[in-house]
Amino acid sequence: MFDLDRWNEIFITISRNKVRSILTAFGVFWGIFMLVALLGGGNGLERSISKNFSELATNSCFLWSGRTSEAYKGFRKGRRWQINTHDIDVIKATVKGLDEISSMLMPWSAATDNVVRGEKKGTFSAQGNYANYDKIDKSTMMFGRYLNDMDIQEHRKVCMIGSRVYEVLFNRGEDPIGKDIRVDGVYYKVIGVGEGGDNMSFNGDKREMIIIPFTTMQKLYNVGDRVDAFFAMAKSGVAVSEVQEQIETILKTNHSIAPNDKQAINSFNLEEIFKQIGYLFLGVNVLAWIVGFGTLFAGIIGVSNIMMVTVRERTQEIGIRRALGAKPSTIMTQIMSESFTITAIAGFLGISFGVLVLQMFDLAISDDGGATSVFQISFFTAIAAALIIIILGTLAGLGPAFRAMKIKPIEALSEE
Amino acid sequence: MSTIIKLKNINKTYYNGAPLHVLKGIDLEINRGELVSIMGASGSGKSTLLNILGILDNYDTGEYHLNNELIKNLSETQAAHFRNKLIGFIFQSFNLISFKNAMENVALPLYYQKVSRKARNKIALEYLDKLGLKEWAHHMPNELSGGQKQRVAIARALISKPQIILADEPTGALDSKTSAEVLEVLKKVNATGMTMIIVTHESGVANMTNKIIRLKDGIIEKIEDNSEHNISAFGIQNIK
Ligand SMILES: Nc1ncnc2c1ncn2[C@@H]1O[C@H](COP(=O)(O)OP(=O)(O)O)[C@@H](O)[C@H]1O
Ligand SMILES: [Mg+2]
Repeated sequence: MFDLDRWNEIFITISRNKVRSILTAFGVFWGIFMLVALLGGGNGLERSISKNFSELATNSCFLWSGRTSEAYKGFRKGRRWQINTHDIDVIKATVKGLDEISSMLMPWSAATDNVVRGEKKGTFSAQGNYANYDKIDKSTMMFGRYLNDMDIQEHRKVCMIGSRVYEVLFNRGEDPIGKDIRVDGVYYKVIGVGEGGDNMSFNGDKREMIIIPFTTMQKLYNVGDRVDAFFAMAKSGVAVSEVQEQIETILKTNHSIAPNDKQAINSFNLEEIFKQIGYLFLGVNVLAWIVGFGTLFAGIIGVSNIMMVTVRERTQEIGIRRALGAKPSTIMTQIMSESFTITAIAGFLGISFGVLVLQMFDLAISDDGGATSVFQISFFTAIAAALIIIILGTLAGLGPAFRAMKIKPIEALSEE
Repeated sequence: MSTIIKLKNINKTYYNGAPLHVLKGIDLEINRGELVSIMGASGSGKSTLLNILGILDNYDTGEYHLNNELIKNLSETQAAHFRNKLIGFIFQSFNLISFKNAMENVALPLYYQKVSRKARNKIALEYLDKLGLKEWAHHMPNELSGGQKQRVAIARALISKPQIILADEPTGALDSKTSAEVLEVLKKVNATGMTMIIVTHESGVANMTNKIIRLKDGIIEKIEDNSEHNISAFGIQNIK
């Protein structure tokens, strides 16, 4: 029940010692502010990092060959080996739970200014991909399209270039589609420009990459049946590690690698990495709660302490009230309400201030001037914080309220 | 005449440290409308007795009837209820709430009767007016003289229309002139039919009451009828 008279009493007593009330409230304000700021900061970090993964199929792994670390079947250790198209065929035919596999060629080029268009030139690396690479690591296109199956089948001399390559070879705003560029001495038609930038890269910056059909590169770069690396994507519901294990077994068998050789195959399991990033942010979150809650708790202890002091100071007043007919429960409710009011006001100001600061931080870091809510707490976190305030505010008043309730009118009145 | 207070063999011992038997079998009856003083040396147990009468403290053995209710083993809540309904207190040190003005202090007992703020402030003003403090209603206690403070306290004691007024050394902190004024006010209140018990160690104060109960070492030494003397000394006039 909202009892205006009671709230009036509460505000009179709180405002009686303004400095103290404000200092007390500040502890709670700061605590909840810290909690909100830390949680928002953690969220922001998490969101900005996962943005870089957002276009990457996380149920995939990336493999490339290394050097053997065990002697096996007459081969010395430290041997270099090479994945080949035969391996890929076997993997496609036998691995259970495999959805997509996408081979890649990454020829090494030492030449400078290997990419030319008329007067314009630059140094960029070419990479041979299959069309399905786009399913695993989606490119955002500025112009045109990604490679398609026809490009692969017909060994077309076409290319998809990164945004940097475009900037170097073309005028601003110029339509690059259908234009020829020379890469490592061979002319290719540009079919698309990818933004790159956001996503994770495995072989240099995608903005500086020229992607040509795998089959075209196979022929023109004279790489035989070699495969430099490949992506494998698991079917939904299948763990990537399961697929990866089968793949590694095949590669080890095909290339006489010791089954226990841990270094012969390099790999990158996105699912695992994602999981670990998830744990990292869980950790950040837990830490934020612990630190924020600790600060808040200190603030609440402050409120409780001050209320204790206040009750002691008000012994006589409380005694008078009791003599005049205040029930113990009335006194208790009064003290609880006071502590609750201080805590609640400070707490909600703290939440609001925290949200405001996060919002401003968002505005400051966003490129386009619009708030992105990257560094922001969720609605439910805010509700949880509010609940915590209400509970702690009530708890803070409990001790002082009991103390006040125990005050006997005679003892209080005989105090001079 | 009806009895309002009836004490039967009341005993009270304090147990902080060495047990101190303060009240040793008090038997007492006080009638409605009486003006009674309790006299005795310091430490004789006057305040202890008054606190028991005011349900501010418990007694160990015996029986205390107030307004035909047995006051024994009450919970704090019941005690608070009875205090609020039946008893008005006046203290030596006034016991006004320092951060409330005169009117709010007077109105406080009605706050605990859930009377609305507007209504209780209005009533408080009426009582302050009766006690000649209308102009001081919005002053804080520290702006009032001792006599004014005690009159505010009297107004506060009266506002809940209690059955009895209990005053513990009501003039103890006042000079003799102000004391006389306050006592005059108390007499006027009594003259309206209000039962009043005044604790004092000053014979001058006791002399103005109709009955003097002499307490010595926790025992009622004697009860003196003082009505003749009293009436001749002061003329009674209604304050209504
Ligand atoms: N709360 C208490 N605890 C212990 N002793 C007390 C307490 N209150 C009073 N006394 C003692 O009881 C005796 C009577 O006290 P009191 O009733 O206040 O006397 P009076 O009011 O007549 O001066 C005194 O010796 C006093 O010290
Ligand atoms: Mg005394």
